[in-house]
Order: sequence, then structure tokens, then C-alpha cells
Amino acid sequence: MTRPSPDFHPVLRVLHWLMAALVLAMLFIGVFMVSTSGPAYVMLLDLHRPIGIAILILVLLRLPLRLATGAPALPEDLAPLQKRIAGGSHVLLYAALFALPLIGWGMLSAGGYPVRLGGGIVLPPILPHDLALYALLRAAHTAIALAFFALILLHLAAALMHGLVRRDGVLRGMTTGHAPSPAAPPADDDKGEQTATLPA
Amino acid sequence: MPMLNRRAFGAFALIGAILLALVAGFAWAAGWLGGSRISGGDITAALEANSGGTKPGYRRAHAKGLCFTGDFTANGAGRALTTATALRAGTLPVLGRFSLAGGNPLAGDGRNVFHSMALLLKTPDGQEWRMALDHTPIFPVADVAAFIALQRATTPDPKTGKPDPAAMKPFLAAHPEVKAFQAYMAKAVLPNSFANATYYSINAFRFTDASGTTRFVRWQFVPEAPLAGLDKQHLDQLPRDALFREMIARTAKGPSRWHLLLVEANPGDVTDKATVAWQGPHRTIDAGTLTIRATQPEETGSCRDLNFDPTILPDGISLSDDPLLAARSKGYSSSFTRRAGEGPHPSAIGEGLTKGAQQ
Repeated sequence: MTRPSPDFHPVLRVLHWLMAALVLAMLFIGVFMVSTSGPAYVMLLDLHRPIGIAILILVLLRLPLRLATGAPALPEDLAPLQKRIAGGSHVLLYAALFALPLIGWGMLSAGGYPVRLGGGIVLPPILPHDLALYALLRAAHTAIALAFFALILLHLAAALMHGLVRRDGVLRGMTTGHAPSPAAPPADDDKGEQTATLPA
Repeated sequence: MPMLNRRAFGAFALIGAILLALVAGFAWAAGWLGGSRISGGDITAALEANSGGTKPGYRRAHAKGLCFTGDFTANGAGRALTTATALRAGTLPVLGRFSLAGGNPLAGDGRNVFHSMALLLKTPDGQEWRMALDHTPIFPVADVAAFIALQRATTPDPKTGKPDPAAMKPFLAAHPEVKAFQAYMAKAVLPNSFANATYYSINAFRFTDASGTTRFVRWQFVPEAPLAGLDKQHLDQLPRDALFREMIARTAKGPSRWHLLLVEANPGDVTDKATVAWQGPHRTIDAGTLTIRATQPEETGSCRDLNFDPTILPDGISLSDDPLLAARSKGYSSSFTRRAGEGPHPSAIGEGLTKGAQQ
């Protein structure tokens, strides 16, 4: 769905940056904890589980909102192939946001581990205790995480190209938003959007 | 246009620098850049080499084992030290595993090595208390680097079948803390049954009570069966599976019991090194009774596919500053992931059962 406003819904923008911080932290925590047998290992693992579940909850809120409110149209001078890559990469980013926490949860379930979130909270298993399944999911968790990091780099590079080289307002649509056009009365960006989308 | 080009060049340089910084930071976090970090793979590699090569499908340490089931009845006294629901008065089902140290799943039982008990206590709220206990109150080394060095120094020479003294000597010189363990193993009774050994937590842990007070605690399971020892001079004459068969036969006749003793650290006790025993009298609480009622070979028991990671703890018990705990967790996890991918293989006890069935 294409959105009439040049900006993403403000709640989506907040969720985007909150999740960007969490996801980057998770990727760094993840690769660090698997590389060490020092005390950081257990400490980071104890962070990795609750942050992963937090990301799953946030994406469960974010995807319906994204589908309901849509994305601003991309600049018309962008090549159709680039537009298709942009769309496809966003689908993959959302897929990874769902897949990684679910695979992590499923992998611990298959390994017979309790999914501890801290404070005595333990999530129930979502898959049967099966070591072959655990081994498969454990490998998938790493592979998808590394692919996700590569995809995020691509996403960031594209966003910065829009923001710093093309200066076409695409990046601003996910950050501060656009100032209302001079013709419109000076108003808060959000309110402006709502007015624009309200049926006459 | 030259102005625009210069601006574009600056923008490209900035984008490149941001991406490069992220990739470099990621590579550092992953340990690909600048660092000698000891990974789980380093631990399992040292264990595999010490066992004369990889034994696919088995635990890289304590490969030979037997599953058991039973119950744990807490008397509630442990609540003086911890809010852990497992120590609230009541009975919980338990499962666990007896094992002997070493990476060879078919090794003989006549060795002066760790006799071990692993336990899983699960409360109805889903919380788990996993333990990996040994029959010695102390561990030979204090950290992961020393553990790997120990595995290397004690790797048998293929020619003699014994560790190379030329490797052992510099290791002992660099790690005088190992002497306490060696002295203990030389002197201590080597239990002649899994049922009459005391099993120790090895590391200290933090226990937090209802008022929020935190204390350091080590614990031990003390058997009701009186301790009797194997003849250490003639260990090689012991049949291969003697200890496991004895436990199977004993359990078929009746249950074995242990008391869980929680030992609170005195001021000044070392709580971050498993190489140092706590001396003298300590406040000790008998928190309940473990009863082992049945044994199962790994093929049919529930213990084989579990990782008895001693850092999986219920609320009210947490890790101490002992760096060995994270290393144990990491080493167990690496071993678990490897054997999970390799698929299960027959156990010594299961092998015997199959033979028995064919006769």
C-alpha cells in the first residue's frame, strides 16, 4: 500500500529506530558471545534471550501497522529495478525480524533448554525436544543472522545514498519527517497527515 | 557540476566510512579481528585430542554415562538461603546421569578420575536447576586457559599410552594450583559405587533469600550409603562396566538416597576459584533428600539429549565470579551442539543390553 504522505507513520518511525538499535545490539551480542568462553558469554546470553523476545513482540506490533499505514512512494526517477530491490529487501528484513527470534526460541526448545527471560520467567517450548532439529536450527540461526547483517548494511547504504547523495527525502521519511508544504497552514507533521488521509 | 561531484564524493566517502566502521566493529565483536579469544571450539578440540580423536555423537567429556530418575524432597530449610522454588518444601521428580570423566564412551571404569552426577530439578513454573557435580570438592584448574593447557599436558602419548612427562612438568610448574587436586586424588577414597559417593557443586554460587540478602554457597549431595573405596592399586583389574553395572543392580533392588547440604561461605573463603577447598566449620543446611529409584541406559533414558549446564539456574540462585562457570557452560554447549549434529551413538551400557537381549 502506498501512503499519501512522504513520511512513514510516526509510530512506525519510532519502532524502526528502536528496533534498529535492538537488532544491531543483538547481532553484536550474538557474534561476541559465540566467540568467547569468558564470563561475558553467560552475561551476553542472558541479554540475548529477552532482547530477542522483545524484538519478536515489537515486530508483531510493527508489521500490522506497516501494512495498515503503508510506505511513502519512492521517487519517480528511481529505476523500476531499484524499486523492486527496495521492496524485496524490506520483505526480507521483516522476514528476518520474525525468523531470528522464532528460530532462537525453537532451537532452545529442540535442545531441551529452558527459554529463560530473567526474573524467573520461562517461556514454554514451541518445538519438540529433538537434537537433530536443534542442530539444524542452531546452524540456521547463525546463517540467517549473518545474512541479516549483510542485508542491514545494504539497507543502510541505500538509506544513506538517498539521504546524502540523492537527497530525495526518502531517508527523511523515516527520520524527522518532512516539513508541511508552504501552502498548508503551519501544523504538526502528524496532524497534517491525518487531515490528508481523512475522507472529505 | 564539479561542485556537485565534490559533494557526491564526500557523501560516498562518508557512507563508505560508516559501513566500514560497522563491518570492522562486527568483525571485532565476532573475534575475527585482533584477539586471542578462547572459544567453545578450542575447549572441545582440546578434549577431543586428549581422548585420542573425535568420538562423534558423544559428549566430549564424561562420555560414558547412565541415566537415572527419581525424586527430590525439599524440607524447606533451604529457603533460609534462597528463594529458589525447587527448595520450597515438597517433592519434585528428577532425572540425571551418572558418568565417569574422559571422552571415551567405552572406557573402563577402573580409573582414578571424576565420578560424576548430573541432575535436573524442574519446578512446575518451568524453572530449571541443572547441576553437573563431581565426587571431589575441588577442581584441578581455576580457568579455561589452564583447563585447555591441562588437557594438552595430559594427552596420552600414542607410543606409551601415558601423558608425556616432558609436557606435564612445565604445565605443573606454571600451574601450582593443580597440586592440591593431585594430592586430593592420590589420598582420597575412590568410591566403589556411584551410590556411596558425595557429589560436590565444584564452584560457588550466589544464593539470594527473600530479604534480598546474597550469600555465597557451595553444595554437596551426601549419600546415606556408607563410603567404601576401590582398590586403587588394582584398578586395571576392574571389569569394564563394573561401576555402572553395580549401580543398575543396586537400584533394581532398592532406591539410593543423598542429602543436599548447602554450605555457606565464611568470610574470607575463596568463592571465585574452584581449586581452593573451604576449610573448617561452616554453616550447613540440610535442604532435602534426593532419591534415585530407577536407571536407564542412555538409549532409552531422558538424560542423553540434555546439556547439564551448571549455569542454568532458577531465580534465587545465580553465578559467582568464578570464571570457570562460564567456561563450563561454553564447553558443554559446544560439545552439545557438535554431538547433536552428529546424531546419537550407542552407549557402553546400551551395548551390553543389546548383547544381553540377543543371548
